[in-house]
Amino acid sequence: MSETTDTTRKVRVFLVDDHALFRAGVRTELDSITDEIEVVGEAGTVGEAVAGIAAKLPDVVLLDVHMPDGGGAEVLRQVRPTHPAVVFLALSVSDQAEDVITVIRAGARGYVTKTISSQELVRAVVRVAEGDAVFSPRLAGFVLDAFADRPGSAPISDPELDLLTPRERDVLRLLARGYAYKEIASELFISVKTVETHVSSVLRKTQLSNRYELSRWASDRRLV
Amino acid sequence: MYRRRSGRTIAGIAGGLADHLGVDVLWVRLAFAALAAAGGVGVIVYGLLWAFVPQQDADAEATPISPKERQQAIGLIALGVGVALAGGTLTGTFNGWAGAALALAVIGAAIVWREADERRKGERGAFVRTLSGIALVISGVVAFLLQAVTNYDQPEFVVASVLAVLLGVAAVTVPWWLRLVRDLGEERRKRIRTEERAEIAAHLHDSVLQTLALIQKQAETPREVLRLARGQERQLRTWLYGPSGYSRGDGPTTQQVSGPTTLSEAVEVACGEVEDTFAIKVQQVVVGDCELDEKLTALVQATREATVNAAKHAGVAEVSVYAEVEPDRVNIFVRDRGKGFDETTVPADRHGLADSIKGRMDRNGGSVRIRTALGEGTEVHLEMPRSTASARNAGREAKA
Repeated sequence: MSETTDTTRKVRVFLVDDHALFRAGVRTELDSITDEIEVVGEAGTVGEAVAGIAAKLPDVVLLDVHMPDGGGAEVLRQVRPTHPAVVFLALSVSDQAEDVITVIRAGARGYVTKTISSQELVRAVVRVAEGDAVFSPRLAGFVLDAFADRPGSAPISDPELDLLTPRERDVLRLLARGYAYKEIASELFISVKTVETHVSSVLRKTQLSNRYELSRWASDRRLV
Repeated sequence: MYRRRSGRTIAGIAGGLADHLGVDVLWVRLAFAALAAAGGVGVIVYGLLWAFVPQQDADAEATPISPKERQQAIGLIALGVGVALAGGTLTGTFNGWAGAALALAVIGAAIVWREADERRKGERGAFVRTLSGIALVISGVVAFLLQAVTNYDQPEFVVASVLAVLLGVAAVTVPWWLRLVRDLGEERRKRIRTEERAEIAAHLHDSVLQTLALIQKQAETPREVLRLARGQERQLRTWLYGPSGYSRGDGPTTQQVSGPTTLSEAVEVACGEVEDTFAIKVQQVVVGDCELDEKLTALVQATREATVNAAKHAGVAEVSVYAEVEPDRVNIFVRDRGKGFDETTVPADRHGLADSIKGRMDRNGGSVRIRTALGEGTEVHLEMPRSTASARNAGREAKA
């Protein structure tokens, strides 16, 4: 990826996961395949994570969704008010709509599942570190579904937040179809930067829109 | 609602009610005293609440009680009982001695019930208190019978005495009956929990442990390990989160017996089969959902065939399947980043693409578009218009 190579500084990453084995695995993986990323710390509980992030001030936190004492969403709630510069990427074994939407609405800049390949994980970390959003195909699908116009859906109170533009829809569709940003860009004849802008804008809407009460929508959904 | 265990005067009912209603306990006690004046209603209500409201947990936070509050409470109890007695005597519900006998029996029963609440076994004081409570009830009954002799005729007296004795025995033994019933309920809950745990253990054993054992045996064939791990992951996921899955409350045993009924389920099953058969990952995303009908079943079969083609020929480890349900049609994209092919050079004896996909879609009114180039992967776009009935259903589902 061309936009990752011009980063001169290493991305400092903090791991939060209650499974020590998994943390060790990710650390080894990241250390061995790239020198763009440096793991600066890890934590196994919400409390440790909040203290550790405040002490190390990492660029990116790789955050597990399911943990005792409130999980990833709780870490987000406690850290984000005091450290708005720290960026969170949720990394979870769960593909459940409610988990995905909850952690995104709590402020994560992206969501990837633990089965992601190491290269893709590195790319995702670098991308969120640069301020962009990372959508897994499934997250793109959830968001499309949540913003879909159906008969009987709730009225639009704020068009700015409650509607996706046709372009954003196109980008999400291609994401859900498994296209990489570069492929989306060439498919839609736009630049990768524009794709990133669209995805960030969709992320903002997903976090702020109240139209479909997204969290409730997610928990009502019965798909895996 | 519960009865207070700490900071109580008799049974903790006034305190429990006050906590439940969010008012000061003094008002509740006053209300009980006032109700006691109304023909003893307060006393009866208190007794019923005592019998049927469960006690607070033993480890619940203690409620402090001041000596003044306790004095007030005792004063109100005396007032309530006195007023009830006086009221009963004045209105002629019973004459003075019968009232006294009744009061004696009620106090005796209260002592026995209070001891039963404590659940202390083999303590001397508790035993003595229980016995004296029983003695009070007996003397109340006897006193009632003594004055009844003078008031009733022979047959009436027999009936009254039998009733009085039965009521006395019932009053004293109520706590034990209730405890028996509650213990039975508790035991049943425990048994259900144990059964549930056994169910989970059995499931994990049948699925996860077996798969882990297989994986250890197959350690030198990574493809097989991947296949096993993916199959197991999907199975466990369905069990945990699926529509009929464990955490949905329908019970863990109701697996899908009848096959998929909605498009999303059908796509999931089809992708799962391909994953299992060809040891690749099929990343599937479904937006929207609708009931399966004949056309959509054909669409899913075509999707499966396209995925199989990708798995067999593209030479990749991952295939993406994306389905989107729109009001008037369903679009499915099957995409891989593999070798790609030149459509004109597909040998005539390979019927997969021609029959299973194109033929099937054509017969059902759908269409197929294929984008591919050598070295650039393949994307199969399947489009199927929806029959009007299922389109209407979608509207209803979206509302629900």
